[in-house]
Amino acid sequence: MNNNDIIPWFILLNPLITAVLILFVFRKNHGTAATVSTMSAFFGLVGSLCAFTLAPTHTFVRWIDMPGLQIPIGVQLDHLSQLMLLVVTGIGFLVHLYSTVYMEHDESKSRFFGHLSLFMFSMLGIVLADNFAMMFIFWELVGVSSYLLIGHWFTRDAAGKAANKAFMMNRIGDFGFMLGILMLWSTAGTVTFKGLEAATGTLTTNPMFLTAAILLVFCGAMGKSAQFPLHTWLPDAMEGPTPVSALIHAATMVAAGVFMLARIAFLIGLSPAAALIIAWIGAITSILAALMATQQDDIKRILAYSTLSQLGYMVMAIGLAPDPNGGPAMFHLFTHAFFKALLFLGAGAVIHALHHEQNIWKMGGLSKHMRVTSITFLIGTLALTGCPGLAGFFSKDAILLAAWSNKPLFFIAWSTAFLTAFYMTRLYIVAFTGKERSEAAHHGHDCPAPMTIPLVILAILAVCAGWKTESYFMSHHAEHASHIPMLLAICAFMFGTFAAMTLYKGKDKEPLSLPLFRNKFYLDEIYGAIVAGTQDVLAYIAAKIDSLISGIVRLAGMAAWGVGFLFRLLQFGNVQGYSFVFGLGVVWLIWFVVFK
Amino acid sequence: MTLTLNHYLLVSGLLFSIGFAGVLLRRNIIIIFMCLELMLNAANLSLVAFSRFNVGADGLPNFNAQVLTFFIITVAAAEVAVGLAIIVALYRARQTTHVEDITTLKF
Repeated sequence: MNNNDIIPWFILLNPLITAVLILFVFRKNHGTAATVSTMSAFFGLVGSLCAFTLAPTHTFVRWIDMPGLQIPIGVQLDHLSQLMLLVVTGIGFLVHLYSTVYMEHDESKSRFFGHLSLFMFSMLGIVLADNFAMMFIFWELVGVSSYLLIGHWFTRDAAGKAANKAFMMNRIGDFGFMLGILMLWSTAGTVTFKGLEAATGTLTTNPMFLTAAILLVFCGAMGKSAQFPLHTWLPDAMEGPTPVSALIHAATMVAAGVFMLARIAFLIGLSPAAALIIAWIGAITSILAALMATQQDDIKRILAYSTLSQLGYMVMAIGLAPDPNGGPAMFHLFTHAFFKALLFLGAGAVIHALHHEQNIWKMGGLSKHMRVTSITFLIGTLALTGCPGLAGFFSKDAILLAAWSNKPLFFIAWSTAFLTAFYMTRLYIVAFTGKERSEAAHHGHDCPAPMTIPLVILAILAVCAGWKTESYFMSHHAEHASHIPMLLAICAFMFGTFAAMTLYKGKDKEPLSLPLFRNKFYLDEIYGAIVAGTQDVLAYIAAKIDSLISGIVRLAGMAAWGVGFLFRLLQFGNVQGYSFVFGLGVVWLIWFVVFK
Repeated sequence: MTLTLNHYLLVSGLLFSIGFAGVLLRRNIIIIFMCLELMLNAANLSLVAFSRFNVGADGLPNFNAQVLTFFIITVAAAEVAVGLAIIVALYRARQTTHVEDITTLKF
């Protein structure tokens, strides 16, 4: 093993060691825990920068080694994972830095940082995994650590419930993921990505089986990347601390699903049916989430729905253009990570400054008081809405271009782009312009440097992350055949922004009322009713069977008691009476035996 | 007149009936107990009689049952010891040996 091979192992194990150190040694020492965790995140970033310059490597150790089943523990550093490492550790470091201030007065700061490091370990494990089994292990670890982080303020009822919901929704998807892995293994006999790539010949012999396997694997991505119909956990996960929302629920964890799909893009490319279904689910998610976002009042929830919508975009792009180098989907993931983390951290700064006020209608006029935050937030908004020249514009354009061949999908994607511009402009105008609508908004102020520095860095990246980076993600360079999608995208941006500006400028309360969107299409209620209904039916059947069985048991008991009652009447207590009856019995017996 | 098996059985049956009548009619437990012994010995008598009149091919009776009778007497002696002990214990507890006073074991 030479020096170059050690770097990925270092990147992977560094946060694990940190997490163990913090959770077992610095449990009580909050200041040290924050410093150690942040330093470790910084080393991870440095390691990833080094790894980015290296040639692709792949090292592994044997773990399970039996005939027919080989599962190595390996790290695979290639085109795809090199970039993802940078995104994860880069955003991760900035979030760590930001958290040192945001979580300053938290009572269990060290637990927070310990779990943050555990999350980094799990996430990097997914990125570096060279086989499905290892990826699945880290996939579950990510689920656990996100559960721990969402439920950080577990004394709040909503946070505990949200953590449970996230975990369970993810488990539903992961069950499919596991089945998919088993199906692929049963055909190809291997779980390593390289092995599967070599076994495409065997895999394609039964296209239906392959399609089913891919869709089951996609179920895992559906849970983790919060795709319809398993998306409901993500908005609720906003109960967690805001840095967590930025790290996990905007930039990295939810991107794990998209990353995994990019990892197996070679498989998706083999099954056009699966690819089409994936694209449609992504499109449905993106438009539904965008519609829901237009009517939310909580600043973090708007961003959460926007994340859902953008994830739908990425998944759609994977389905439309599966590309081993990531394609438009990974390009959008890359740019989105920066501006969405920026928006979340900006929202966190606002929430922090306004003493945990999250309702945008109670903000207003913040651009006067929070200069840096509002400017960076505006940059993030413009990048997300696809303002020409900013990062989001390029990646969104790449996705729209990929969708151009499929007109219904293109229409959905275009509508989503329009809605994105609409709700993000609404958010910015309501929260940052106009007059202050609450006492707290008057006293807004920019946050300390460790919170604003990440904002500025992310704002710079949100501007320039799209410049000249597109070719990195495309395995073969596509000519821009048509400029129409790009022009339409600019139109969507302008229409959306303009519509929101005219509608919301100077308004003090919501001028539109669309209960369907405000209540998220009643999906939570529908799921609740389905679960409760199923439970009621099962409980009813169980109660019936139970009453039947206990009836039989009770009858047997009653019979024994009744017979006993009859016979105890014979116990009259006279000894000589007993002997008389006994004598009669003997006489009867003799008569019966001898004379009958 | 020669004594036949039936004569013995008649005496045995009489003894048994007297014993059973005593068990049914007497009130004192000790008397009842003695009557029980009478019934037991009536059975012994019939056993010995059967044995005596069961003459084999060699002209001798079968003595097995007579030996068995000794065993029965031995066991009866042991049983009397246990029974008397119970009666003494009962008397200590209740200060009575009359059966009509001992009626608690009932519904």
